[in-house]
Amino acid sequence: MTTDDVPAAITRAHHEEWARVVATLTKRFGDLDLAEESAAEAFATAVERWASAGVPPNPGAWLTTTATRKAIDRIRREHRRDDKQREARMIHDDQPDVAGPIDDDRLRLIFTCCHPALAMESRVALTLRMVGGLTVPEIARAFLVRETAMGQRITRAKTKIKAARIPYRVPSAEDLPARVGGVLAVLFLVFNEGYLATGPDPVRHDLTAEAIRLTRLIRTLLPDDGEVAGLLALMLLTEARRTARVSAAGDLVPLDEQDRGAWDAALVAEGHGLVRERLATGVAPGRYQLLAAINAVHTSARDMRDTDWSQVVALYDQLVRVDPSPVVALNRAIAVAELDGPEVALSAVDRLEVGLANYHAFHATRADLLRRLGRAREAGAAYDRAIELAGNTAEIAHLTRRRDRLG
Amino acid sequence: MQYLVSVLSDSADLATPDEQSAISVFDDRLRAEGHWVFAGGLAAPDAATVVDNRGAEAMVTDGPYLESKEFLVGFWIIEAPDLDVALALAAEGSRACHRKVEVRPFR
Repeated sequence: MTTDDVPAAITRAHHEEWARVVATLTKRFGDLDLAEESAAEAFATAVERWASAGVPPNPGAWLTTTATRKAIDRIRREHRRDDKQREARMIHDDQPDVAGPIDDDRLRLIFTCCHPALAMESRVALTLRMVGGLTVPEIARAFLVRETAMGQRITRAKTKIKAARIPYRVPSAEDLPARVGGVLAVLFLVFNEGYLATGPDPVRHDLTAEAIRLTRLIRTLLPDDGEVAGLLALMLLTEARRTARVSAAGDLVPLDEQDRGAWDAALVAEGHGLVRERLATGVAPGRYQLLAAINAVHTSARDMRDTDWSQVVALYDQLVRVDPSPVVALNRAIAVAELDGPEVALSAVDRLEVGLANYHAFHATRADLLRRLGRAREAGAAYDRAIELAGNTAEIAHLTRRRDRLG
Repeated sequence: MQYLVSVLSDSADLATPDEQSAISVFDDRLRAEGHWVFAGGLAAPDAATVVDNRGAEAMVTDGPYLESKEFLVGFWIIEAPDLDVALALAAEGSRACHRKVEVRPFR
């Protein structure tokens, strides 16, 4: 391999090996901090060494060995400094190893980072740092938080893991579904932050890509979990429409106006494959699988009119039973408008006002239905309210365009 | 590893007979499974006295250190290998005494 390939090899190794190196070291030394710092040092060494000596035949093994050496050096230095302090830093794993088919150090790492005793924002930050390998400045930028604040958030989370002894292990079979649900919630939040970004960039591709990459990793570790497959399919089918979803001018392009030829056919095919695979199991689908199935119906249609709306509404009916939140009911109403007309949909939407009065999509949906019913004045007021509440620049541009077209 | 499981409430009322018997069952289980260290119920915050002897002489003040809507009414100290075990026990404790609990590790 020539030295020209070194930056690419480093990037690839970082994607493929970071979580494994951190996880292996955490298992061996029982210390997340030490694992993170040593892994970062090993990658920094790789940048120097590989440029002169070439990329080693097995980059993963090279990185693990180098990181382990760095960790031992650190322990020796600290050992001399303060024995007790190091003792306090240890997170223990006294449980006997029950090496089931899903036992993997990376999986332990993910479950530790997404532990329910940590605040949601800490789980997200810690997962992106420890499992995703993003740097603190990168995570801070993604969530529009100051770097020092993000650094403190991650440090606090690591301190709690040590002090409260949050275990480094895969949860028991009985706790597993709930804990996997917690991990998926973290990844879905990262994805949505990328897809419906607050702030100047309408879509943060770095975040959607990272969420997909981590969900793929979980899928390789938990291949039989239906909701993992469902979330991955949902992300792929959403990501497939990414470029068609924002116009050159930066406006959000709604589904009915999108250039379907611009959708990523490979991502659509992969997402459809996952949805079919889950259907074939005959196991009752959970929330993510239903959302993925709805997206599969949309992405199977040649155009808006060709969409199988009765199928979409039927899937929403199932989803309402799993997740009776008003947001789901709102999305169901949007599908109902296509099947039974805007009048029926509007009365369903109006019933949701109590729970959704401050949600921009509620007002945007009402505005569109009122517009279709020719009630321009009321539609204008609803667009105004939606624009006031929306946080995404592309969405605001789209709503403004619709409002101004009312005449 | 030891954890303090604090029982929090906005009322200093004693446990009802039903709660008391559920607490006993839970305590017995803690002992049987080796989690028991110590437990106790506290008198109302009104009965508290704050003592500060950092200065020249001990200052004695009537009442609790902090007036708050919710306060400590009792606690368990449990032995558990990690937070998952401690949280599972705390969930049972909370159900038994029918009050909110806080789990905090000892150093």
